[in-house]
Amino acid sequence: MEIYGFMMMIYVFVLAIFIGFELIAKVPPTLHTPLMSGSNAISGITIVGAIISAGLQDFTISTILGLIAVIFATINVVGGFLVTDRMLKMFKKK
Amino acid sequence: MKIIIEIIYLVSSILFIFGIKQLSSPKTARNGNFLSSLGMFIAIVVTLFDQHVMTYEYILIGLIIGSGIGLLFAYKTPMTGMPQMVGLLNGFGGGASMLVALSEFYKMKNFDAFSHELSTDVSVVLSILIGAVTFTGSLIAFGKLQGIVSGKVIKYPLQNTINVILLIAVVIGGAYFAIYNPTLDWVILSIGAVALILGVLLVLPIGGADMPVAISLLNSYSGIAGSMTGFVLKNNELIIAGALVGASGIILTMIMCKGMNRSLMNVVLGGWESAGSITIPSAETSSKGTVKSVDPEELAMIFDSASNIIIVPGYGMAVAQAQHAVRDLVNLLESKGKNVRFAIHPVAGRMPGHMNVLLAEAQVSYEKMYAMEDINDDFNNTDIAFIIGANDVVNPAARHDKNSPIYGMPILNVDYAKTVVINKRSMNAGYAGIDNELFFYPNTLMYFGDSKEAVNKLTHELKNV
Repeated sequence: MEIYGFMMMIYVFVLAIFIGFELIAKVPPTLHTPLMSGSNAISGITIVGAIISAGLQDFTISTILGLIAVIFATINVVGGFLVTDRMLKMFKKK
Repeated sequence: MKIIIEIIYLVSSILFIFGIKQLSSPKTARNGNFLSSLGMFIAIVVTLFDQHVMTYEYILIGLIIGSGIGLLFAYKTPMTGMPQMVGLLNGFGGGASMLVALSEFYKMKNFDAFSHELSTDVSVVLSILIGAVTFTGSLIAFGKLQGIVSGKVIKYPLQNTINVILLIAVVIGGAYFAIYNPTLDWVILSIGAVALILGVLLVLPIGGADMPVAISLLNSYSGIAGSMTGFVLKNNELIIAGALVGASGIILTMIMCKGMNRSLMNVVLGGWESAGSITIPSAETSSKGTVKSVDPEELAMIFDSASNIIIVPGYGMAVAQAQHAVRDLVNLLESKGKNVRFAIHPVAGRMPGHMNVLLAEAQVSYEKMYAMEDINDDFNNTDIAFIIGANDVVNPAARHDKNSPIYGMPILNVDYAKTVVINKRSMNAGYAGIDNELFFYPNTLMYFGDSKEAVNKLTHELKNV
């Protein structure tokens, strides 16, 4: 059962990489910087794990690490999405 | 409740995919970014209802501090500072993945020490390794781009030997940890410490002009670190989102390497270091021909009689913050009925798409910005190729000089234009330290000066023609 669950995660990982390749190959060079900062913000999804760590019932070293992780990930997410929006706002056709 | 949480994670993953899909056109890109951020928002909210989340004060403190710093970063950074900002944010993402994996390790050690799975232990090691390398590597990249750390190619003795030894040490330590004793905190902490050092050592040798590759690669790492954390937490959304980002970083890295005709290994190992021709004796230089320089009045007349103009921006334009001045010039030229376009080399600037963002900031229409392969054949029918702060990406030596370090790199064919005008501050060699024979071509005019001032002067003179 353990190996089955693990293999499912590997499948998800590999298929998601293929989707990523398909999606991103179509992004024009003009948008490479926003693509980078936008995808960068998405990598802040690790905030999900950080929240669980910081919200553990007992206060241990896990909680402290979780708290710092929440701060880091939030900077990544908030900064990343806003800075991307700031850039994309400027891309206009005259 | 658990099933609802899982479904929301699925919805969030789909929003990320649609979000990235919409980034493929400037028309929908902003909406795409909104969808991604919505996906992130619902993922965060639903996680607060996870059965393991018992206390909220630390989460709240973290969210508030992080949001404050994030907001500050997002709005205080000038567009010219985007490469280092993206690098820095990237580092925080990697750092967060590392910390989550470490936190998870301590949780397992303290609470369920006897239910270890090999796959989880391996994921913990990989998550910490990749996250740590991303964290310090990105901080060094940030420092280099910000000018805190020297942007030059920094070499140290036994560079590659040391890196390989450190990497082997991490692999052995990781294997020992995962297979034999996944509760030893000194092992996992040592792995983390060595990985942090490795991040510094790997990025330190990379020169400023190679930063587009380094930043793309680190972007990829931060995604993969997120995926690995997903394996630790058995969370599919982290795996999916991390994989998407990992793929995006890899694609951009490949595009950048292709743009320089160099292998990834060559960039990572700090290439171009042998290009020792930074100081070329003046006698040798003069033997190549004469350099013709031009003043603003004369140049204004040449521009006035041209009809097809292609502008080639480079890092020099970013440094001088000349993008608004360039926009004014373009507007004036267009009001005189001239066809003005921009040719953008894939590795111009310090990150992929750097020039496009600066020009967009100056309200240049994105339809005027052309990628190298779309405009390179048009230089033959162009009256003026105006190069602003670019050098190596227009060096014809890349086409024919087998001894040149940039031989084989695809370049913009500016020398095919009737007249080539090069704006530079001085005759110094380009970033790669390579002499540019284009300066001595009979159809080349050198227009010396700081890009912003020089372009403003030209615009001023052109108004009076």
